[in-house]
Amino acid sequence: MDSNSLCYSLDFVASSGRVLTGEQRAALQTSLLILKKNYKFHRVMLWGKILGIKQDYFIAQGRGEDELKDQKYLYSLNCMDWLLLPTVTESMIEEVSKAAKGLFIGDPSFVYEQKIQSQGEGEEAVDGNELVRVSEEKRLAVTVHHIDEDVSVVPRGAFIRSPLGLVHINRSFDGLSESEARKLDSFLHFRAVKKGNKKSIEETGEWSPAIDFLDVLSDDTPKGSWSLQFECASRVCVLRSLLWLGLTFYHVPMTPQHGYIYIGNGLKNLDLPFML
Amino acid sequence: IRTMEGPLENRGNTEAANFKALLMKDSTKSKRNLYDHLTQLLTKVMDEHTNNVVDVIEEISHDVKRDLFNGIQSSLRDLPQFTAAELLTEQQRTLFYQPDDIIQEDKMVETVLPNVNEIGFYLEQAEVGLGREEMQRIFLALKNLVDSEQLPRCRLWGKIFGIESNYIVAEAEYREGEEDQESIEENLVEEERKPESLEDEAEINPLPQSIYKSHLDVPKEAIGTGANKFAYYVCKEPGLPWIKLPTVSPAQITIARQIRKFFTGKLNSSVESYPPFPGNEANYLRAQIARISAGTHVSPNGFYQAGDEEGDEEDDIPHDSCEVNPNFEDVQASLMVESLSSWVHHVQHILQQGRCTWVNIAVKPADDSNEEIEGDEKEEYLDEVEPEIGPSLLTPLSQDAGQNLHNSKKKKKKAYGWVLKIGEAFQNICQVFRKN
Repeated sequence: MDSNSLCYSLDFVASSGRVLTGEQRAALQTSLLILKKNYKFHRVMLWGKILGIKQDYFIAQGRGEDELKDQKYLYSLNCMDWLLLPTVTESMIEEVSKAAKGLFIGDPSFVYEQKIQSQGEGEEAVDGNELVRVSEEKRLAVTVHHIDEDVSVVPRGAFIRSPLGLVHINRSFDGLSESEARKLDSFLHFRAVKKGNKKSIEETGEWSPAIDFLDVLSDDTPKGSWSLQFECASRVCVLRSLLWLGLTFYHVPMTPQHGYIYIGNGLKNLDLPFML
Repeated sequence: IRTMEGPLENRGNTEAANFKALLMKDSTKSKRNLYDHLTQLLTKVMDEHTNNVVDVIEEISHDVKRDLFNGIQSSLRDLPQFTAAELLTEQQRTLFYQPDDIIQEDKMVETVLPNVNEIGFYLEQAEVGLGREEMQRIFLALKNLVDSEQLPRCRLWGKIFGIESNYIVAEAEYREGEEDQESIEENLVEEERKPESLEDEAEINPLPQSIYKSHLDVPKEAIGTGANKFAYYVCKEPGLPWIKLPTVSPAQITIARQIRKFFTGKLNSSVESYPPFPGNEANYLRAQIARISAGTHVSPNGFYQAGDEEGDEEDDIPHDSCEVNPNFEDVQASLMVESLSSWVHHVQHILQQGRCTWVNIAVKPADDSNEEIEGDEKEEYLDEVEPEIGPSLLTPLSQDAGQNLHNSKKKKKKAYGWVLKIGEAFQNICQVFRKN
């Protein structure tokens, strides 16, 4: 969620059961502004918190010109000192998926080790032991990347893609209406398009290429992996992801206020199809 | 359109006039023309002075077209439509009114509810909470519950999230003399069924009886003891009526240990799972609440002391209840955080069987079975007669580390069941727990 609106947006997501103490809020407001100035971001968002055994990580996201592509992540242990997370590469994702398991420890220099047995093919039949080591910092970067890929949400119409391909905020976005906010169709994934929209011409008749360039939430598999509710005496529309437990998205209908935050232990809910 | 001087003027004028006529030609589909539309569009831009208008000009154009439609329908009067929000707030309004018939007593009445505002503050320091307004509403709803059901004691247990709606759970002590109405009803139904089945058997030719003896159900614990020590009430939102959850049976607890399902938010929806869960969502909710309470309710060492010490130290039966220790002194916060042994469970552990006190379910085999089988079965039952002993009531948390947690597949690594921290509040130092 945007650092400018921290003071009131945190109240909207408080119904998910996780709040920040008064000290943390105050510290975040100061340090996020400093971050914005130092790194010359256009906007700084509090992305969320990943809970670890010894300590928790606060994660912030800075956005540049293009909201979709210019994204940098930073983490902090005490809300004041921020460190840049490494950008995620394919090899890093592979390493992390092999070695890192279980809860986050809370120490960024902690190294996960895993011995992987690799057998040679064909006639070789030699068992080689490969030791894969991954630091928790990399695991953090990869987890944050996965969560954004899978479950970052924006309401339809909040972002516009200019003909040049640049994505930026729609200043004339007035918010979804009450009835629109009850449908999962009005929410889009904020990431590079994966599935594309292969719907029939009837359904795409109302769409405009500037707004509808992202995947719709209701196309997620398995169906029902989102929980849409109205909270705070039914004023705020809250979307919770069941795939990554802890991601909460809020939107106040008829106003342009929206945002999402992830507060959780950074583990994907692989039991989801059994739990529905 | 400026008029131009000169001989070209006439031709320029006619061209301009032609073009203007083209612009003003009505579209065949909608009764509008481009000229009017562009005029309105530019007027709107002039009025609003939007930033970067060239980038959003298409949106503004759409908005202008859309605005037309609103004008046409304004002849109908809007029916006041009650949104769900308004309906809910009507019900929540009752929370804030005090009934007139309560006479203000002069003496201080012992409050039945704990101070929810204070608890809310401490929970906030632990980064857990529901927001101040929500906690306030919950507090008022709890007060309503206590008044309507005349409960001796009640506290907020927590909130459970569901897919369509959530549950707010309150834990309360049973009123004195309350009997488990459900078990009475069940017994009545069984008694009625027995005479009917006997009549049927007499009429039909006796089919070969199956030798399979179905697993006998472990009996439920009586209310006020063990897993059924407290009554639980749930509501969806503060202000809506509280619903009492049924008592929990050991079979439900054992199966709840094996399945993992989301709650939908409707108490009577069925829980489809394998192994099949005996009951609907209300029972599943109650079983999970029982498991969570048994596994995670803790207090500082020494706060409670075991009650009824009648000298039976050799007895394997764990203590049933504990009382607040009047000699409890405040322990230093830093000491408490360092080791897990300064915290103890104060709710009974639930055994494998699903109850807190063990029950021997070995029953004599039925009379009409073969004699050979009788002998075998008796031997089997004798082997199984080993009472299950769970950790006794006030065991410290450091012994939790050795137990197998529900979903853990860790063999070599330690099972991190609990996380301890000190909140950094300036004056109040509070212990923070998180059960992973």
